[in-house]
Formats: sequence, structure tokens, C-alpha cells
Amino acid sequence: MPVQGYMYPNEVELAWSVLIVLYPFITGLVAGAFILASLERVFRVEAVKPTYRLALLTALSFLLVAPLPLQLHLGHPERSFEMYLTPHRSSAMAMFGFVYLWYLMAVLVLEIWLDYRRDIVLLAERARGLKRFFYRVLALGSMYISEHALRIDDRVGYIVTVVGIPSAFLLHGYVGFIFGSVKANPWWSSPMMPVVFLFSAMVSGIAAVLLLYMFSTSYRKEKINMRCVDTIARYLFYTFLIDFGLEMLDLVHRIYEADESFRSLDFMVHTRLYVSQVVLQIYIGTLAPIILLALTQLAQLSESARKRIYAVAASLTLIGIFAMRWNVVIGGQLFSKSFLGYTTYKIGFVAKEGLLTAIALTLLPFVILWALVKVLPPWPDHRESLLRGGAAPALGDD
Amino acid sequence: MKINRRQILILLPVAAVAWDAILAGMPEASPNYTLTEHWWGMLVDISKCIGCGNCVRACAAENDVPEGYFRTWVERYHVADYDLANPVVDSPDGGKNGFPPMLESDGKNFFIPKMCNHCADSPCTQVCPVGATFITPDGVVLVDKDYCIGCRYCIQACPYGCRFLNPEMHTAEKCTLCYHRITKGLTTACCEACPTGARQLADLKNPKDPIHAFLRTHDVQVLKPYMATGAKLFYNDLDGSVR
Amino acid sequence: MNRFKDAEHLLRVVLVFATGAIAFLLVRAALVPQSFGQYGHYRGNAIAAIAAKPIVFAGHQTCEACHSDIRDVKRQGKHAGVNCEACHGALAKHTEDPGTIQPPKLDTAVLCVRCHEVNGAKPKSFPQVVTKEHSAGLPCETCHQPHSPLIGAGTKP
Repeated sequence: MPVQGYMYPNEVELAWSVLIVLYPFITGLVAGAFILASLERVFRVEAVKPTYRLALLTALSFLLVAPLPLQLHLGHPERSFEMYLTPHRSSAMAMFGFVYLWYLMAVLVLEIWLDYRRDIVLLAERARGLKRFFYRVLALGSMYISEHALRIDDRVGYIVTVVGIPSAFLLHGYVGFIFGSVKANPWWSSPMMPVVFLFSAMVSGIAAVLLLYMFSTSYRKEKINMRCVDTIARYLFYTFLIDFGLEMLDLVHRIYEADESFRSLDFMVHTRLYVSQVVLQIYIGTLAPIILLALTQLAQLSESARKRIYAVAASLTLIGIFAMRWNVVIGGQLFSKSFLGYTTYKIGFVAKEGLLTAIALTLLPFVILWALVKVLPPWPDHRESLLRGGAAPALGDD
Repeated sequence: MKINRRQILILLPVAAVAWDAILAGMPEASPNYTLTEHWWGMLVDISKCIGCGNCVRACAAENDVPEGYFRTWVERYHVADYDLANPVVDSPDGGKNGFPPMLESDGKNFFIPKMCNHCADSPCTQVCPVGATFITPDGVVLVDKDYCIGCRYCIQACPYGCRFLNPEMHTAEKCTLCYHRITKGLTTACCEACPTGARQLADLKNPKDPIHAFLRTHDVQVLKPYMATGAKLFYNDLDGSVR
Repeated sequence: MNRFKDAEHLLRVVLVFATGAIAFLLVRAALVPQSFGQYGHYRGNAIAAIAAKPIVFAGHQTCEACHSDIRDVKRQGKHAGVNCEACHGALAKHTEDPGTIQPPKLDTAVLCVRCHEVNGAKPKSFPQVVTKEHSAGLPCETCHQPHSPLIGAGTKP
């Protein structure tokens, strides 16, 4: 039954679709991956260094895809540049264009460029033909990599990362504010929304990089650096505890205050939102990975056991954080603002804002990442061989 | 170019006159209409509404409202005795073709016409990222459909559920208070079609408008006053159970 | 000199960014609509564009200008406050070409019933009947003149 109880007539059809669920999920991964990278660069957590470049490339892959769900959702994507022409300063959404551009160019691309510059120059020198031209353009035509130049790069890169941390918070935090500042919607309206979004973003980003590192390393038949993944898992665990604590605080507060909207929302969580909220987000997506990770922190487990648990926990985490975005966006539209009824989300399959599109957009960043690791290999062993003067790998090698 | 004090003293009144002319101007639409002389609102008298749905049909005809979407609609409330927190509400096709007979005969029953409240502090115009929806100097909240990008943020931000996305134009749409009529001295289509005078257009800036006397002599409310939207859709005889 | 050579690549970055910024500002200046900001953060021209839409309902003043006889009958009766187009539908087109475009014939079985059928939510003081029992199947206009519907108001057809 599509509508239960009473919905205002214009509320029956959901305005924001699964693509709007996908967007915060993607920018969350970007912010989270970047924070993991900054752990090494700024906070000198040496142990996670093997994942530094991979985390940056992961962030870039997802950031490049981030505007796509938005463009596909807009009624007039060809007018989206209006956000650059006449941004409405009272609208949180208006800052998207500038925050995105800033983070893409002045933080992520710049940091990746500065860190990879020596590799790019070396690759340019050893390549021939089109490849050589490509790498020269990537180097902006400057082939100078003296010790001093590289030290300057390191210093500037450090500053960029330091600036990048609040920039990452802004990139994802403003999305939380987009929801949190809507007084018309009691499921969204909360000062905690940006904070909850941020912490769940960090959790998802760390989990994604952990999975990608373990997967790519074993795929390349290299040895997984256990000190690295143990450290990442520890940070995942602590961040998860904070994230879970925040969400529980919100829940307890709602139940205790039991304001006008409570009964309607409570009913929704127990019925239409039960599977995605209680089962997927809380049990499978939060409690299960926290318990698994706690196990690895408290018990003495073997290497292979830990690796398996990390993989499972990280996968469940990603499912849980996606479910969280779903519950916020879709959940916020399933109940009526009259608090007297509920509607259903009819998701198409082969439609502009349908399931197939959502799946394609989720897979696209991995395709981009695959291409990026070919052009700018992030593997630690690969970098060593390059510096030792080995032959430049052909684009297409590992 | 150096501007001295004397030049400013001459420039300022000139600028003021020019600004007034700009505010007054809507040359193509109506030469007799001055934006700053009006501040539009509406009065809905619940004690007079009979739920005939004329307003819904008239609005749809006047404004080409797409089927299944509503710039205005009518709700029917059934409140069982003192239980204000649990009304039973229905609005079959927005009340477009009237209402079927009541199933419950006890309790309190009434009709509530709804539409855009043309809020003076509207949350919907606050969130528009590009400036495609706005409040005019004469108090009407409008959508510039040639500028709207269709992000639907305004639809989410409206506490009253009065906005929707036009499925053909892919832009946000809502009640315009029949702006094309009221600027020509006519009343809105819904007020024109209402047989009982339950709906009345109100010009809050016009001292001769009957709304002023009405507001002084009746108990009048707005929807969701705690949202502090500055709603200008006033209801007479609004029950506490209305959402 | 060496110092500069070491940092020269950063200058190239700054140059790329600066070129981008300037290009952005130029494009922006060209593309922002002229009337934007005239009254507020929106296109000032939009107000006139919206106000210029043609009307569909003529408004009772326009009807009464020609149909003054009906106006006089209505004025005295119970339907004095019911505007012409509330029953006859939108007729701006008719006022533009009265000879050719005629208002559609009305079906009282639907029209009168919509307002006057008994409903628990209607105000108690409003005249409402159970039409099945009220007129024994006869159409409303058998006894009621729509422009002055009270029986005995002296205008039975």
C-alpha cells in the first residue's frame, strides 16, 4: 500500500532519490580517505605510510565521481553552473561548487602532484612518444627535481595537508548542514547532523582504504604490512566508537524528549525503515563491525584471523554507512510533515535516478582508481624500483 | 575620479528617485501597478468552507497545474471529541471533486483549504542555491522557472508541503497567488471560484482592505506558528488539531 | 638563482590557478543575467515575466459588464456571493470572442450536488440536502432558479 494514513498531496512522491543518498556516501569516502592519509603526513603515524598514496588516489577517484549523481538528479543540469554565477549566500547548497573546486584543485590534486612529482619526472624521462608527452604535461613542463626542490615540495605538501583537513571537514560537513538546517523536517533538523555525518564519513573512508589496500596488495601477490592494517583497524575502531556514541545520543535524546514528531518517527523506524535502520545500519553495519574490531583489540589473534576479521568488518562498515545515508535521506521523506502518515519510495531500475544508475555510479570510482594506479602507481615497492633506476613500467603493467 | 561632498549631496536624492522608479517599475505587465504599494496575503475562513473543491479546480485551470500535483488543496478533518492530537484527515485527489460522505457522524468535522503561505521569512527562499525562488517586494513568493535548476531543496524546506516539481518543466512550482491576476486588479482564481467567500485575497498594506477590520475582530491563526515563517495565510476558526 | 629554480614549478602551479581564476571571473561577468540583483538575489525580469501570463478566469466584474440583467437578479438572491465562473467555469476566452466561444452547458446533477449534498464536515448553517431524497430524481432547476435559487423569491422559470 503506497500511502498509509495522511500525506500532504505533494509529499507522496519523494523529491530526493537514491542518487542523493549516494552523494554524501561518496563525499564521505573522500573525506575519510583523506583524513587517513593526513594521519601519516601531519600526525606522523608512520605505520599507515604504505596506504598514503593509495588513500589519496582513492579520494580523488571518488571526488571525480561525486558531482555525477547530483547532475543526474537536477531537473536542469545544464543550468547547474548558476551556482557559480549567482550563489545564494544563505543556502548551504550554494557553497557546493566552490568547496568542491577548492578541495579538488587546491587540496587533493595539488597534494597528489607534489607527492608524485619526482615519480612523474622520472617516468617522463624514461618514457617515449605519447607517454613521455603525457607525463611532461603532468609535470607542468618542469623537470627540476633537485634535493632542495623536493624538500620544498615536502614542506608545501605538508601545509596543503594541514589546510586539507578542515577543507575535508567542510566538504562533507556542509552536506550534514544541508540536512541539519531544515527546520521543516524533524528527522533531519539537528545541530548534530554535520558531526554525525563527519564521523561516519571518517569511518567509511578508513574502512574503504583498509579494504582497498588489503585487496590490491594480495591481488599483486605482495605481503600485507600487518603493522599498517593493525593501526588502521585501531583508528577505525576508535572512530566507530565515537560515531556510534553520537548516534546513540541522538536516539536517546529523541526518545526522552518525545516531542510532537516522535510518535510518527518511532512508528516509521519500527515499520517502513526497520530493515534499513535497525537491521542493516545498527546491527549489521555498526554493532557487528564494532564487536569484531573489539575482538581484534582485546584478544591475541593470528595474522590470518585478523586479516579476515578486518575484511569482514570493513565490508560491513561500508554497508552500514550507506544504510545510514539511506535512512537519513529516504527516511526523512517517508513520513508526512503532518505526522499523520507514510509513503513508499518507488525506485526505478533502468531510470535516470534508478537502481542501475546508482550501481554504475558506485562502481565508476573503482574504474577510475584502476586507471589512476596505472598512471600513478601508489605501491611502495614500485616507488623503490623507480628510484633505483629501473625501467619505466609500460602503462598497463602493475 | 574624485567625488566631493557636494556631488554626493546632489547624487543621493537622484539615486533615491531612481531607486524608487526601479522599485515601481513593471512596465510590460501593468502600468498602474506599483510594487511597493502592496503586501499580499490571504484570509481563509474555516467557518465558511464547504469543501466543494471549486478552488482546487479553478487553480488547476488558471495555472495549468499538472494532474496529481496541487498548488492548492482541501483537507477534511475529523476530530473525535477532545483528542486533538489524533485527527483523521483525508484529501481525495486534493479535494478537487469535493468529498464523499463522512463515515463518522460524531466528533468535530471541518474542511481546511491549504496553499502556499507566502511567508515573509520563508525557509524555502532561504535554501535556494541559485536565487530562483524569492519573495517579491509586494510579498509574493515566486519561482523563476527559467532560472530554477530543479534541485528540490525548496520542496524539502517548506514546512507546509505546498511545493512540488513540475514533471514536464522539471522546475519547482507552487501557488503564485495568481500574481498575473492580482497585479491587474483581479482577485486570485481560487477566491473568484469560491462560492461562500471562505477565501479572500488580502492586501495588508492597503488601509481600505477589509482584512484589517477582520483581524481586529476575529481570532485568527497561521499554520505551524512555532516555525516562525512569517506566514501570511491567515485562518479564521482554525482548530488546534490542524497540522 | 638556484633558489628560484627549485621553486619554479610552484610558480607554474600558481600561474595555472591564476589563469583559471581570471577565466572564471570573465565568464561569470558575461553570463550573470543583467537584471539579477535588481530587487534582491534573483532575476528582476522574472517578476514581469510571471505577471505577464494571460488570465483564464475573466472575473465577475467583466461578466457583469455585459450580463447586467443576470447581475441584477443575482444581487437580490441567495447566490449573490457566488461569482459567475464558480459555476460556469473559466471564461476569459468567451469575453475575448463572445459570439464564437460559448460557455459549456452545465449539468446540475453534478454542479449543484457538489456544494449542496449533505456532508458532516460542512458548516451546519450551510443549506445541504440528501439529494436522492430531496428531489425524487428531478433535476434541480425544476424548482430552483440557479441565479436566485430560493423558492418563492419570485423568479421561478
